[in-house]
Amino acid sequence: MSEHTEDTVRAEVRAWLAENWDPHLGLVEWRNKLADSGWGMPNWPPEWHGRGLPSELTRVVEAEFEAVGAIGVARAGIRMLAAATLLEHGSAMHKKKFLRRILTGEDTWCQLFSEPGSGSDLAGASTRADMQNGKWIINGQKVWTTSAHHAQWGLLLARTDWDLPKHRGLTYFLLDMTQDAVEVQPLRQMNHHASFNQVFFTDAVVDPDHMVEGLGDGWKIATTTLMHERRGADGLRRWEMGTDRPERAYVEEREELATAMAPYKWYPQRTGRVDLVIQRAKETGTYDDPTVRQEIAKLLILAKSAEWTARRAREAQVQGRNQGPEGSIGKLAASHVARLGNQVHTLITGADAMLTGEDSPLGGVIAEILVSTPAISIAGGTDEIQRNIISERVLGMPKEPRNDTDRPFRDVPRNTIS
Amino acid sequence: MSFSFTDEQMEFRSVLRRFLADKSPTAEVRRLMETDDGYDCEVWRSLSQDLGLTAIHIPEDYGGQGFGFVELAIAVEEMGRALLCAPYFSSIVLAATAIINGADEAQKRELLPAIAAGDIRAALAFTEENGRWDTSGVTMTATPSGDGHELNGIKSFVLDGHTAERIIVLARQPGTAGDAGLSLFSVAADAAGLERRLLQSTDATRKLARLEFKAVTGTLLGEAGGAAAPLAKTLDQAVACLANEMVGGAEALREQALDYAQMRMQFGRTIASFQTMKHKSADMLIEVELAKSAAYYAAAAADDDDGAFSAVASLAKAGASEAYMQTAIHAIQIHGGIGFTWDNDTQLWFKRAKSSQVFLGDANYHRELMIQRWQD
Repeated sequence: MSEHTEDTVRAEVRAWLAENWDPHLGLVEWRNKLADSGWGMPNWPPEWHGRGLPSELTRVVEAEFEAVGAIGVARAGIRMLAAATLLEHGSAMHKKKFLRRILTGEDTWCQLFSEPGSGSDLAGASTRADMQNGKWIINGQKVWTTSAHHAQWGLLLARTDWDLPKHRGLTYFLLDMTQDAVEVQPLRQMNHHASFNQVFFTDAVVDPDHMVEGLGDGWKIATTTLMHERRGADGLRRWEMGTDRPERAYVEEREELATAMAPYKWYPQRTGRVDLVIQRAKETGTYDDPTVRQEIAKLLILAKSAEWTARRAREAQVQGRNQGPEGSIGKLAASHVARLGNQVHTLITGADAMLTGEDSPLGGVIAEILVSTPAISIAGGTDEIQRNIISERVLGMPKEPRNDTDRPFRDVPRNTIS
Repeated sequence: MSFSFTDEQMEFRSVLRRFLADKSPTAEVRRLMETDDGYDCEVWRSLSQDLGLTAIHIPEDYGGQGFGFVELAIAVEEMGRALLCAPYFSSIVLAATAIINGADEAQKRELLPAIAAGDIRAALAFTEENGRWDTSGVTMTATPSGDGHELNGIKSFVLDGHTAERIIVLARQPGTAGDAGLSLFSVAADAAGLERRLLQSTDATRKLARLEFKAVTGTLLGEAGGAAAPLAKTLDQAVACLANEMVGGAEALREQALDYAQMRMQFGRTIASFQTMKHKSADMLIEVELAKSAAYYAAAAADDDDGAFSAVASLAKAGASEAYMQTAIHAIQIHGGIGFTWDNDTQLWFKRAKSSQVFLGDANYHRELMIQRWQD
């Protein structure tokens, strides 16, 4: 394995692509070739559709794919989190059954973690799994579930023991989303979009084989999934666009991406759209207003400083240096930028800020900014949780006192949800 | 554009930090700020001759080390952190830079080596009693007289103007306005007709002087009437350096406030264990780190000297102005009653933050400049 170099890998993948890549193939057929050859996930183990190459060589492979326009494995959505979790914690049966169909795009996955009663406090999940007649019976409700309406499988965190402290009573299951006992309803957001779902389980069934690792291992495994989620956040965007080429594989990929990316259509707006500010100020004639100029400048200072802070963090990482505090503040900085962006767009837009849809400037984009930015300081860890993390892990301040970790979960006060 | 420091730069920083911890503890800051000169000759000798700090960004042709603004910014960041009392910003960042940008070749060879060696200290006198940081505020006149020029008028807010051996002064040809007719002059501090008075400054670690010129003879630097561009460049570069000095001070304050919160007991627990204190500390970290990124970027942009630099310099100064002052306000608050006392050191940085907020232009001023200079 260690004899692989950039040059040998490049030559090998180039030859393989020359021999095999054909955009006239069906997408699944092509991706089965990727799964067979290992070139779709070169850093995965050879026994599971990979080639066991070191991670740093994957970009060499990706570059060769890009050079000939070859399509890669299916990546969009939650499926890669499922794959990474199964590779690390799944049984041989899980890997055999699921990994290939993840890579080919035949199966879509969703993540069944958050609940109405446990948001920031994810380990407080109260969806229950009870063993009855040799099957796990699932009852409860999940929320904020992207792609649940078209997913075949779900990564489920459920409570199997109510007498243990909260983190120890959770178990990780792979749940068949197509059964009747699973009901998926779209969750409409304040900005009209319905990017997420609510999922209701009424005696849903999980086969005992579909438990990941052991009873009570759920929190540990969920942590793996979440770690990959954080790490992969940047990667997702690279796969947003297909191409408009006419061959069959491209057409099928386009359809796949359109479905997978649909929930994220408004995501640019939730950032506060700093990129639009100067143009909008010029169009509205407010650019000469000294007050407006001050506010625009404040926004640009914040946004640029955040961008440069992220660059500092990335550079430190690339050089293998200990990341300083600059690495931990990106998410909070993004919240500040979004909030201020919202304010500045309102200032620039004036009375039109009361309008929405086609009556709002830029065909509704401005209105969408004004009602979408609250998402950024909540999704993926609220600002308040981020501040706790920074103060405890970066600044070394005392941890929050807890009264929920040292007693049976059934005795922990929790939400009574309707 | 680099977003990280080299090993050499990091080593330079740690050498400097050790030096300043030794030479500029707050007891020493308090002693020097009570003196009129405001600095210690022995420390100045040591930082010039042992560490070569006065030569950092001066080109080798003129007795300097030929490093760039990134290195100069590291030096002033550490000085800001330690609240060093020394005429460094005045002589090196302002006056030497003005000479580099504005003087002709022979004049640079004459003036810069002594400044680079730390043998003489210079000051840049450009602001007047109207407190304007741009050229529109310049009313001092320069009229040709014999071999030189006769200078008449008053300069104020001149950093270390009362102790400098040489004054670089901005004046205009009578009858001109704005950027036109401006020239730089070099004046010996003991020139006849020059009256210097130390102003009472809120921040006693930063000495300001009022300089009255009554028919003082000065030597023209560079081209007659051509000072506007070199001065503007000097101010941009100085503003980028000041932003770095400020984030150094802000970080010191942030760390002191955190240390205090971790130690101070109330209600049977450290105040650091209260969530309100944790969140405030996290916010302070973010504010300081964002301002640091902008200040570092500005220093690197000063070395690249591309078209975007002047906007970036103003961006960094506006950001640092808000961050430093806000950090100082929080730091006093976290210290509680003790933070409002004279004996507590927080007040020293608070006052430096206050003077830095305004010095070379406040946040509003630089936000407007930044927008004028912004390139999409």
